[in-house]
Amino acid sequence: MVVFQKPKSLTDTVMHYCPGCTHGIVHRLVAEAIDELGIEGRTIGIAPVGCAVMAYDYFTVDMVQAAHGRAPAVATGVKRANPENIVFTYQGDGDLAAIGMAETVHSAARGENITIVFINNAIYGMTGGQMAPTSLPGQVTQTSPYGRDIQQVGYPIRVSEMLATLDGPQYIERVAVNNVKNVRNAKKAILKAFKNQVDGKGFSLVEVLSSCPTNWGKTPQQALELIEENMIPYYPLGVYKDRDLTEGVAKE
Amino acid sequence: MARVTFEKDKCKGCGLCIEACPKKILQLSEDEINLRGYYPAMIIDQDKCIACSFCAIMCPDCIITVEK
Repeated sequence: MVVFQKPKSLTDTVMHYCPGCTHGIVHRLVAEAIDELGIEGRTIGIAPVGCAVMAYDYFTVDMVQAAHGRAPAVATGVKRANPENIVFTYQGDGDLAAIGMAETVHSAARGENITIVFINNAIYGMTGGQMAPTSLPGQVTQTSPYGRDIQQVGYPIRVSEMLATLDGPQYIERVAVNNVKNVRNAKKAILKAFKNQVDGKGFSLVEVLSSCPTNWGKTPQQALELIEENMIPYYPLGVYKDRDLTEGVAKE
Repeated sequence: MARVTFEKDKCKGCGLCIEACPKKILQLSEDEINLRGYYPAMIIDQDKCIACSFCAIMCPDCIITVEK
């Protein structure tokens, strides 16, 4: 009996990601969610600009590659034109939280019925490790060689907390992929984010704390430890908004 | 019987599976290099495997199949 195998919605292509990059784990979780809901034939993914720019090679669903940061806007168009399709975007922090912040906030405020998977690894990966809006205070990057100076460049943005203050989103959760337990929780969150869309409930975003061994200058193992030590204290895990829960309370 | 198989030529040798294995029965190959030029992960003691699939859950390249 097979206990674990590659999900059907992932292609056999070898991913271009660096050794130990957790993008691969999150790709697999998305593919597993698509498989479990049986929506492979009607799913459309929106690839971002960033390390995941070639995500269209890895999923067996139709994909669109959007301009930098514009994935939620493209997803809005795709979903409104084809409401029966399941539309998800897969974006990194340089895409979603920097150049694409306007699209992200407004698609959340409009409560578009789309699913967003947001990879937060606190750095620009593809371009070589520059400081991102989500880089931690004191974090050394290519463009902050003495550590991020909050007096000069301000504070990191906690995207999940910020979007949770809006009335539009249905579901916002932050998860991590640094150990087996957290990966399992991440899978539940991503599955729920897709299920919400299938049920027509509205905007769902899952923020995944991820690692970047290459640009952090660590081994894959050390990078996962850094998620636990540095990122989770600054970006606490948990459900930030779930209208299933709050509306249930209101009805009672 | 529990069985773990690796698609060895897709392995990038990151070692996250080795870290995740509760039985510590995985290691990177010491003499064999795969098509991509990495030392691939391999299992050293199949009999001790409990089919928990922790290795497969942590594998970023999805190359591990677990059977029991």
